[in-house]
Amino acid sequence: MTVHKNVVCTFCGCLCDDIEVEVEDNTIKSVKKACAIGKNKIMHAITEPPTPSVNGTKTSIDAAVTEAARILSKARNPLIYGLSSTTSEAQRELVEIAEITRGNLDNCSSYCHGPGVLARQQTGLVSCSLGEIKNRADLVIYWGCNPVESHMRHLSRYSLQPKGLYTPEGRKGRKVIAIDIRPTPTTKRADVFLQVSPGHTFEIASALRALIQGEPLEFPEGQDTVGDVPIDSWRKVADMIKGCKYGVLHFGLGVTQCRNSDINVEQVARLVQDANRHTRFYGVAMRGHGNVNGANQVMTWLTGYPLCVNFSKGYPRHNPGEYSTLPMLARKDIDAALIVATDPGAHLPKDAVDFLKTIPTIHLDPHRNLTTPWSSVVIPVAPVGVAATGTFYRMDNVPLRLKKLVDSPFPSDEEVLKTMKEKIVYAANS
Amino acid sequence: MSSIQGLLVTVRTAKQGSAMVSSKHGELYSSEIKILRIHPDDLSAMGAKDGQAAMLTSQHGEVRITCKGADVPRGLFFLPLGPVANVLFSVTSTEESGVPNWKRLKVSLAPCDERPEPRNSGQGAD
Ligand code: SF4
Repeated sequence: MTVHKNVVCTFCGCLCDDIEVEVEDNTIKSVKKACAIGKNKIMHAITEPPTPSVNGTKTSIDAAVTEAARILSKARNPLIYGLSSTTSEAQRELVEIAEITRGNLDNCSSYCHGPGVLARQQTGLVSCSLGEIKNRADLVIYWGCNPVESHMRHLSRYSLQPKGLYTPEGRKGRKVIAIDIRPTPTTKRADVFLQVSPGHTFEIASALRALIQGEPLEFPEGQDTVGDVPIDSWRKVADMIKGCKYGVLHFGLGVTQCRNSDINVEQVARLVQDANRHTRFYGVAMRGHGNVNGANQVMTWLTGYPLCVNFSKGYPRHNPGEYSTLPMLARKDIDAALIVATDPGAHLPKDAVDFLKTIPTIHLDPHRNLTTPWSSVVIPVAPVGVAATGTFYRMDNVPLRLKKLVDSPFPSDEEVLKTMKEKIVYAANS
Repeated sequence: MSSIQGLLVTVRTAKQGSAMVSSKHGELYSSEIKILRIHPDDLSAMGAKDGQAAMLTSQHGEVRITCKGADVPRGLFFLPLGPVANVLFSVTSTEESGVPNWKRLKVSLAPCDERPEPRNSGQGAD
């Protein structure tokens, strides 16, 4: 029996790196310290692998990779997407494959946190590490996010309960504000809960900016609410922001996917900037998939853009709405798809899935999922962080190295993609 | 029994998340992703009770779900992310942003005659 300590859980953007995993005879026996999702994720990491296949017929991995390379070499306008649950090393290979096939490259953030990513390109975001939150934050805001259900250890490990260098009292020394459209297990943990009506993020952030800047806000008689919450409550929030020593605003999909999408996050990012005239104040996006942040990072290093990139002219062009995954599928101008570390069968609108079923699709995943049955080429891979190593970026932009705990009969995403790339280059040169 | 209108909000639930990483072919996942959280007064307005099977319909499709009374605002219905919810969305409707209306889709809800399977009731994450 081997006990692996400080294992990184790869499920969500928290990337908890204190997990303990017991391994015996190449089998995971127990997982300690992870949340319910993380524990299930690691315990089931090597269960239900798909069978390598081409058009539904079982084949070898090598033959499946050769067929994938043939499809991509022939395609006039391929889509390469997913990326969010694989390593940054594999993401780098995908950028190269997109470039040499003159295809389109996108990651899951384009229909998820993407508006926030675009906003950060416009305004920047004053941000900090999760370690700083633990050690310093005395005001914590959760806006449009419900980490108790989606990032289960965020509160206990980083933002709410832990006792840190300058937060010796833990939870007692922190004030917590939650802004959401409904009560959630997270809002129940807050000192102040503002239940807002949907679709008002921009107005709320604008009102808070004005209050923080000391602007007089005048309302017509009887209409002194913003987002259906009285302005006096927002005045109290503004005072709490100005009065804290170190504040952090965590925002989730309730902000990025609210009406107006990216300009909401621009306004929230400006609110964070304004608060810095009074105190130390930071914003952190509650990124979902383990390495969706890495997908944005790697694409930005290598193409200049974090998502929605097209290489048809031989150099990267970026146009969200045009080169976003979903509009490309809506226009039906994609003629092949390489899907890595995501499950469109479970996560995309049904008409997107119906269209993908009509074109050649190549799917790399450690598990049989809702995309496996209709993929033209299925390539099983070793699960990252359990049977393959590499780098993941935490939600606060800190890169962490994953561990390999067991051997898998399958190669890693990175190895498969390297071979696929070489076969595509060879086909182009021969 | 009558139909009501509202806005659909897709959400992550603890149960959906932990079931999803165990197996997407399991009973736990498939039952959780069709549980719709709804205000009890909205349930009464439909003439329905907790555990009622209902058809949720958008401009793009319809799905059968199981209603569960919850502490949510009236007129807002909450469904976990997944292939059930995805029937109601379309790639043709992203307002040029590339992002579907995951948090504010107009829908109508009407009770179905069939009784829900017992395994579908009371499986919420709340
Ligand atoms: S909070 Fe996220 S990273 Fe941490 S154990 Fe749970 S799923 Fe894994």
